[in-house]
Amino acid sequence: MSGEVEASTEEQQEIQDTVVSPEKTEEAKLKARYPHLGTKPGGSDLLRKRLQKGQKYFDSGDYNMAKAKMKNKQLPTAAAEKTEITGDHIPTPQDLPQRKQSLVASKLAV
Amino acid sequence: MMAGVGGGNDFQWCFSQVKGAIDEDVAEADIISTVEFNCSGELLATGDKGGRVVIFQREQESKNRLLSRGEYNVYSTFQSHEPEFDYLKSLEIEEKINKIRWLPQQNAAHFLLSANDKTIKLWKISERDKRAEGYNLKDEDGRLRDQFRITTLRVPVLMPMDLMVEASPRRIFANAHTYHINSISVNSDYETYLSADDLRINLWHLEITDRSFNIVDIKPANMEELTEVITAAECHPHQCNVFVYSSSKGTIRLCDMRAAALCDRHSKFFEEPEDPSSRSFFSEIISSISDVKFSHSGRYMMTRDYLSVKVWDLNMENRPVETYQVHEYLRSKLCSLYENDCIFDKFECCWNGSDSAIMTGSYNNFFRMFDRNTRRDITLEASRENSKPRAMLKPRKVCTGGKRKKDEISVDSLDFNKKILHTAWHPKENVIAVAATNNLYIFQDKIN
Repeated sequence: MSGEVEASTEEQQEIQDTVVSPEKTEEAKLKARYPHLGTKPGGSDLLRKRLQKGQKYFDSGDYNMAKAKMKNKQLPTAAAEKTEITGDHIPTPQDLPQRKQSLVASKLAV
Repeated sequence: MMAGVGGGNDFQWCFSQVKGAIDEDVAEADIISTVEFNCSGELLATGDKGGRVVIFQREQESKNRLLSRGEYNVYSTFQSHEPEFDYLKSLEIEEKINKIRWLPQQNAAHFLLSANDKTIKLWKISERDKRAEGYNLKDEDGRLRDQFRITTLRVPVLMPMDLMVEASPRRIFANAHTYHINSISVNSDYETYLSADDLRINLWHLEITDRSFNIVDIKPANMEELTEVITAAECHPHQCNVFVYSSSKGTIRLCDMRAAALCDRHSKFFEEPEDPSSRSFFSEIISSISDVKFSHSGRYMMTRDYLSVKVWDLNMENRPVETYQVHEYLRSKLCSLYENDCIFDKFECCWNGSDSAIMTGSYNNFFRMFDRNTRRDITLEASRENSKPRAMLKPRKVCTGGKRKKDEISVDSLDFNKKILHTAWHPKENVIAVAATNNLYIFQDKIN
């Protein structure tokens, strides 16, 4: 991944280049906002994120609860769910993002 | 008639049809994710994020409609893929159709392959316009007749019925991809096809679902060493032993299946040399190839990266023969495009039937066409505002700085949520299909 830690000579070159290259100007902007970008070692975070694309659930129980939530809006509400979360990593169905059921006809086919 | 690009006296693109809902609130399932004409252009298929396929058929040209070519009407629609859950990894598998590819037609039925992230399905679309009536053992409503009441033999007769178009899954090619499928491509031998995910490419036989051959594997032994992924792959249109695949680093590898069973070593390696002094954080990201397409002739291939389209001569590996800038004005917006993830948008590209023109999409529902012979290019917009039948499309222009002329739009006013990622060109005629989020636009050239 491009974005390795820059040596100071390269930084100087960069300042000279901002006049010439819009891309380098944009890079400087990005680095100003996210100083730690590209400094992490080992492999490409971007690539790794791409390979892992997909809504991850804690387990199949969570997945089925999330699906059931879409079908039936009125879940038996346990009050104050947020305070009853038993651990940092165990989400409740309400915390999971919505996924609509898609088994209806396409609007292109009207 | 040579396909022109637009402008001047030779050629004008006109609105023909638009499909899909008008309402502002777009359901995610309705977002079109792939568009493909079949080999004759008679059928046009779309796939969407909801896993549904809609096939349109061109109506026969009738004497009444002299001013326009046949329109595309709904022919068949079915649910191709459904959401699944991978229990081992606790991951949801999207039903979104990533690619549709038609098989060449060999009998009355039509066949297509549709793929989501993990599974490819072969669908048969067939017509039924006759029904057998007068069975011996059954009543007309299907109930069995009392055996002792049957005293004579009668032969069922085929009677016409209202046309019914049926789609049935004939093969399901599953469990061969650990990573997300980005491409499928039917081989010119009409027996095999390839499917590619981020790290591997598999070769299948259309009849055999319980095994496939792995022909490319770029997964490193240590995932920490991962530097590039496969972004697209395609079979050569005539040479059934040749295929290409593109990478996130902007390179294309051409492989010959006669050379080895595992084509990890390429036969040709296409890469444009980069000026090292112009390298930036964004260089690799914007060089990532989002689509690769062979020309119909098989002599060239085209690649799409974030800002440009490049045409390569297969005989020359060290640089493309043609480069077309799609939206160079975005180069000074890369910082915000990185922040809103637009820099990762995967645009496709396509050739016209004679390989004289190419088309690709952009933002603000703009799409671009380039005429390879005249070097003219045009920007058009898919918009409901310009959707009167046979209305001519007006060229659009983006103003990059300084004074904005009337009718121009400034870069900062572009709507980056309106992206045209998928376009298709009729294999023989100047008819194009453009997917704008949840709407499908069909444009054609003006008949004089």
